[in-house]
Amino acid sequence: MAEPMRIRATMAGDVADVKVLMNHPMETGQRKDAKTGQLVPAHYITTVTATINGANVLNGGMSGGISKNPYLGFKVKGAKAGDKVVVNWVDNTGDKNTAEATIG
Amino acid sequence: MNALRRNVLKGAAGAGTVAVAVAAGLLKPNLAMAVAPRSAFEAKSVGDAMSAMGASAPADSKDIVVKAPDIAENGAVVPVEVTSNIAGTTSIAIIAEKNVTPLVAQFDLMGGTEGFISTRIKMGATALIRAVVMAGGKTYTAAKEVKVTIGGCGG
Repeated sequence: MAEPMRIRATMAGDVADVKVLMNHPMETGQRKDAKTGQLVPAHYITTVTATINGANVLNGGMSGGISKNPYLGFKVKGAKAGDKVVVNWVDNTGDKNTAEATIG
Repeated sequence: MNALRRNVLKGAAGAGTVAVAVAAGLLKPNLAMAVAPRSAFEAKSVGDAMSAMGASAPADSKDIVVKAPDIAENGAVVPVEVTSNIAGTTSIAIIAEKNVTPLVAQFDLMGGTEGFISTRIKMGATALIRAVVMAGGKTYTAAKEVKVTIGGCGG
C-alpha cells in the first residue's frame, strides 16, 4: 500500500538542501469516522532515517502529530552534487518505504 | 585474605563487564543522543514527554528560531521550521503543547546535518510550539505561540 515518496535535493553553496514528501495518512487513532462514529485506527510513520552515500545524516521519530503526507526538510553541510540521498520510513503497522535521489 | 583486596577484584570485574557491554552496543554511552523512545511520543503531557526523551529543565535560548504562522487557519497542517544556531546541535524535537500527545517529532542530526528542520504538524488547539534542542549534552528550548482557528486533531 506504500505510495511513492518524493525527494528533491539541491546544492545551495556547500550545503545540500533536502526536501522529502512522504505519502502517508498519518492517522492519530483519535479521529472518529464521520459515517460510522468509530475511531479510525492509528496509522502513522514512527521512524525516518536518511543517509547520504551510505552515511547516516538524520534519524527521526514521529507521532501522529505530523500532518498527513509528511513533509520533511533538512540541510546537510559537506554533501556534494552527485551524492546519493536515501530516505527510509517505517510506520506503526510495520509498513515501510524507501526512496532515493541524487543531489543536483 | 583481606576484605579490601576482595572488593578491589570484584570492582575490576564489574567495570570490565560495563566496558564490554558498551563495546557490544548494548549500552549507549550517551542516552540523550538516541532517538527519543516511543514512550516520549505517547506521553500525554509536555513534562512527561520531556523527561522520557531525557530533556528535563531545558534552558531558554535566543539562538533557536521557531518559524510558524501567527494564526493557523487549519490546525491539520501547520508549517513549522526550527533553526538552531547553537554549535554542535545533535537533536531537534518539536512539541505542540496542547496536543493530546505533545511530542510531535524528534530528529537526531549527524554527519554534517545542520541545526535545521522543516515540517508540517497538526495542532489540536491554540498553543505554544516548542523546539527542544540538544547540543553538547545540554538541552535548550524556545517557543512560539500559534493561534489555531480549526483544530486538526479530529474527534
